[in-house]
Amino acid sequence: MALLTAPTLAHYLVLAAILFAISMAGIFLNRKNVIVILMAIELMLLAVNLNFIAFSHYLGDMGGQVFVFFILTVAAAESAIGLAILVLLFRNAGTIDVDDLDQLQG
Amino acid sequence: MTFHTAIFYAFAAILIFAALRVVTTRNPVHAALWLVLCFFTAAGVWLLLHAEFLAIALVLVYVGAVMVLFLFVVMMLDVNFDSLRKNFRSYIPVAATVGVLVLLEMALVVVGSRVGGGGAPPVPEGSNTKALGRLIYVDYVYPFEIAAVLLLVAIIAAIALTHRKRRESKYQDPGLQVKVRRQDRVRLLDLPTEKRD
Repeated sequence: MALLTAPTLAHYLVLAAILFAISMAGIFLNRKNVIVILMAIELMLLAVNLNFIAFSHYLGDMGGQVFVFFILTVAAAESAIGLAILVLLFRNAGTIDVDDLDQLQG
Repeated sequence: MTFHTAIFYAFAAILIFAALRVVTTRNPVHAALWLVLCFFTAAGVWLLLHAEFLAIALVLVYVGAVMVLFLFVVMMLDVNFDSLRKNFRSYIPVAATVGVLVLLEMALVVVGSRVGGGGAPPVPEGSNTKALGRLIYVDYVYPFEIAAVLLLVAIIAAIALTHRKRRESKYQDPGLQVKVRRQDRVRLLDLPTEKRD
């Protein structure tokens, strides 16, 4: 099969783009459920990290991997605080439906 | 087709299928488990790109810590997830439109530029962990320290947000003890002396 050539940089970039598009669509699909939205954000960060690592490998620059390291740090902090806010939200409001979260009247 | 190529396409297919299941599955526990599969396969893809340390770190940090946290929260919250999926089908057109648009734009960038060409780069010699450690502890030591502070802030924020005082346990509040005033504790009664008959 001629399409399945050996992977180049473009293969990895397209894989990351597909992953990013899926998680983007996932945010729209599950726009009521905060938990799945957080999971889709994790998936987006994974796609971005894949881009960084692919460029780092194909350009021969280790700086991309250092960047992925910092992104992993920030993403771990983000999900920890996000889930803490989610638990607090459920405790106070009794729901995690995005449509019900309109106390700020924005 | 070499073994490397076959592994890449197998991992890519599993990764895309698992990602689709994450965003479409009905049960959030299943979504979390599919996300675990996503992280494992992504770690495999990263191994193909010779990022060994980050692949192991992804499995340890994400599968070991973050996804367990997700599973804990999903199982702890008593939410009626079926009501959250009430209009699920009505969102499919807009989600598909946005997804396809994003994908097309990114594919245009990749195809339009010249990133596709070029053969495989040389395999880096030496230990990936050693090279990454040298970069982090020498060139990027200040960002590394800031990342450490960020993690500390995240720990304190998460604990401060979810910490609940236990009402049933008896304890002293030092703040109240220090702030106490004399008139709160001592009351002088002016009792008239009684006459002795």
